[in-house]
Amino acid sequence: MLQAVSLSCRRGDRRLFSGVNVTVQPGHVLAVVGENGSGKTSFLRMLCSLLAPEEGTILWQGVDIRRLKEQYYAQVTYIGHLNGIKDDLTATENLMLTAALTGDRPSDVSVRDALEAVGLKHRIHHLPTKVLSQGQKRRVALARLWLSTHPLWLLDEPFTSLDQAATALVTERLRSHLQGGGLAVVVTHHEVALPAEMVQCLRLDG
Amino acid sequence: MSQPGLWEALRGIIWRDLLLAARRRSDAAISVLFLIIVASLFPLGVGPEPAVLRTIAAGVLWVAALLACLLSLGRVFTADYLDGVLEQMLLIAQPLPVLVAGKVFAHWVVSGLPVVLLSPLLGLQFGLEGEPLGMLVLSLLLGTPTLSMIGSIGAALVLGVRGSGLLVALLVLPLYVPVLIFGAGAVTSSMAGIGGEANLSLLGACLVLSLFFAPWATASALRIALE
Repeated sequence: MLQAVSLSCRRGDRRLFSGVNVTVQPGHVLAVVGENGSGKTSFLRMLCSLLAPEEGTILWQGVDIRRLKEQYYAQVTYIGHLNGIKDDLTATENLMLTAALTGDRPSDVSVRDALEAVGLKHRIHHLPTKVLSQGQKRRVALARLWLSTHPLWLLDEPFTSLDQAATALVTERLRSHLQGGGLAVVVTHHEVALPAEMVQCLRLDG
Repeated sequence: MSQPGLWEALRGIIWRDLLLAARRRSDAAISVLFLIIVASLFPLGVGPEPAVLRTIAAGVLWVAALLACLLSLGRVFTADYLDGVLEQMLLIAQPLPVLVAGKVFAHWVVSGLPVVLLSPLLGLQFGLEGEPLGMLVLSLLLGTPTLSMIGSIGAALVLGVRGSGLLVALLVLPLYVPVLIFGAGAVTSSMAGIGGEANLSLLGACLVLSLFFAPWATASALRIALE
């Protein structure tokens, strides 16, 4: 269970949000929505401790994530608005190296299956990602979700640059993650096409 | 769910950076070429007198090595910062200073080790031979990792700042001075027949200190840069 308690955020002179209280239970996704500049990405970065809140605490299973540190990171799969992939490496290499660093220990077969599951054909797997389109690069980044065994997913605009088919694939993967007892926080401008009982919504007004 | 072991994560970071360096060989070659060009220009400018060249050899080669290291510092974190890989690194469930040390080691292999390997050839060009030549290689072997360690702090501090190339030089060069003095001093002491062991010991102490403190300072700077 992930809890944000009285969370406040200030960037420069501007207060983006304050007093945010939210709890995400296993099997649920928190969709964070709001206008540009309302602090959605800052909120997500706080949840993965890349940004310190001005006030408030974030609890994972009831313990402050600042105390848990590496123990908390071991529970998190984070995909930011930057893809976090290397242009000079192939899709397969990117996925193998990133997943190995985060403890998912994938096999060649599981990496190939993950790339195919996100809709990347086999001939693309061994090309440097610098020759891929933005949508294909995003798919490479999101293929990590098929390898992830971490219970908490923190996703920043996962559907950006994706076509309808890829959006459906990612949504389906998210559904199976939630059905398996996982939880997720998704910052998005798109609707999360999951049953209403699975989705909580947090609107930040900026 | 399994957590990566510390060594596994460290090996992954080093392997990725070495693989990337192998894919972008021109980046790595620039600092080595810079070293060769600087070291080759000095004899042309100063003249071919062997005694003069031997006298200036230690200083010239050490300054060239130091500047070559400085030239390559931008590669340590900037690309990772721009493509989001650095964010991912901060969320690996292992102590960040250890991962930073892995990145710096990979940087040294790509930019510092070639300097050490080339140094006998460049030393011969300046008329060094025997013990002073060996002392040059040893001093660079001890000194260049220290330059990478100290440089990583500066590289992390200026992440995302415009004109960071000049700023990192201003931050780091004063910290490089002791390494330069001890490194060049080891060679000149050896040439004077008084042995360079004392300078080598001091270089070793600098290396141990930098290994101990630089990864922690760099990790803190990275966390601040990404806030």
